[in-house]
Amino acid sequence: MVLAQAGGRTPYAELLSETAPFIRSVVRRRVRDSATAEDVVQDVLLTLHRVRNTYDPGRPFTPWLVAITERRCIDALRRRSRVMGHETSDDGAYEAFADPWSSRELEAGHATQEVSALLSTLPPGQREAVELLKIRELSLAEAAAISGQSTGALKVAVHRAIRSLQAALERLP
Amino acid sequence: MTRSTDDVIADLVRDVTPIRRLAPPLRRALLWLAAVAAVAAIVLWRMADIGSFLVRAADPRLATELAVTLATGVLGVVAAFHLSVPDRSRLWALAPLPPLGLWLASSGYECWKTWIGGRGNSWAVGESAMCFMFIVAVGLTLALLLFWPLRKARPLQPGIVVLTGGLGVAGLASFLLQFFHPFDVTFMDLGLHVAAVAVLLGIAWGPGRRAVSAA
Repeated sequence: MVLAQAGGRTPYAELLSETAPFIRSVVRRRVRDSATAEDVVQDVLLTLHRVRNTYDPGRPFTPWLVAITERRCIDALRRRSRVMGHETSDDGAYEAFADPWSSRELEAGHATQEVSALLSTLPPGQREAVELLKIRELSLAEAAAISGQSTGALKVAVHRAIRSLQAALERLP
Repeated sequence: MTRSTDDVIADLVRDVTPIRRLAPPLRRALLWLAAVAAVAAIVLWRMADIGSFLVRAADPRLATELAVTLATGVLGVVAAFHLSVPDRSRLWALAPLPPLGLWLASSGYECWKTWIGGRGNSWAVGESAMCFMFIVAVGLTLALLLFWPLRKARPLQPGIVVLTGGLGVAGLASFLLQFFHPFDVTFMDLGLHVAAVAVLLGIAWGPGRRAVSAA
């Protein structure tokens, strides 16, 4: 770390590569979801880089690193609980896709085109969640296995996507 | 997650440049306090009635109040510097609280004595408004001077850093006020002192926290 503070790229690369697994193990004890955990690991590395001027060579490195990691874990868990507190999965909202005209072949064609166009406006994560869960009608577990996202993340993504699609449909003439 | 951790590491390594290491927090705090003490000594020497102050300071009660006010200020500042770096105990946040409690208890007891003794009107604003202005103005100046070095550490918990720092500068401002405060403390006086400290903490929590986080 002392060499990294002096601007040494090779020792810094070695330090970050060697500490990343340790950071990951500390994060995993607090954050169960693997995708979120990896986000926290990256956040810890960015924070380490930002506050590397506060490391005192006269003191051990590990407590300094653990303090940063613990702090970022707490921040991530708080952020997550805030999001989950404001956004709930509304299974009934998924039924909003039902369209009485879609049984007719012609309208079905138009609807398919419209839905495709609308889906293309969604962020990739939300689009994948809708395609797997609503179009291919896979179970949450199957969709999670294919996408690599957690079931909770998929539910949130679908919920957000439905809301975005509803808003977009209301704007259509 | 859109990028792999290896990519993040590669970017950080590319970005690394030599940096100036921060001195230990206690040394930085003592340097800051020494600088403030030097400037305050010059100002007090020119503007305050030191002779009158020394006579009043001979009273054990006022001497105690001065000591605990100064202790609140010094411990608040030292705690803020410690809390601004990642690996120091979070218990530093509690350090200024015991002298703060003694400060409020000592002032409260004096107010009660003034009220019981019937000396002056305890509820008249009078000079207390000037005390309020003094603490806020001096405290704000000190806060600006304190938050500047604190933001160099880019604290992980800026809120607790600015609150302890804000309490510290409020204590120091209240200590300096005693050099210009040649009268008994009334309830209104104490209430406005507490209000001034609250205003400083509010400013620290709002714009102060954003300023320290923005580094």
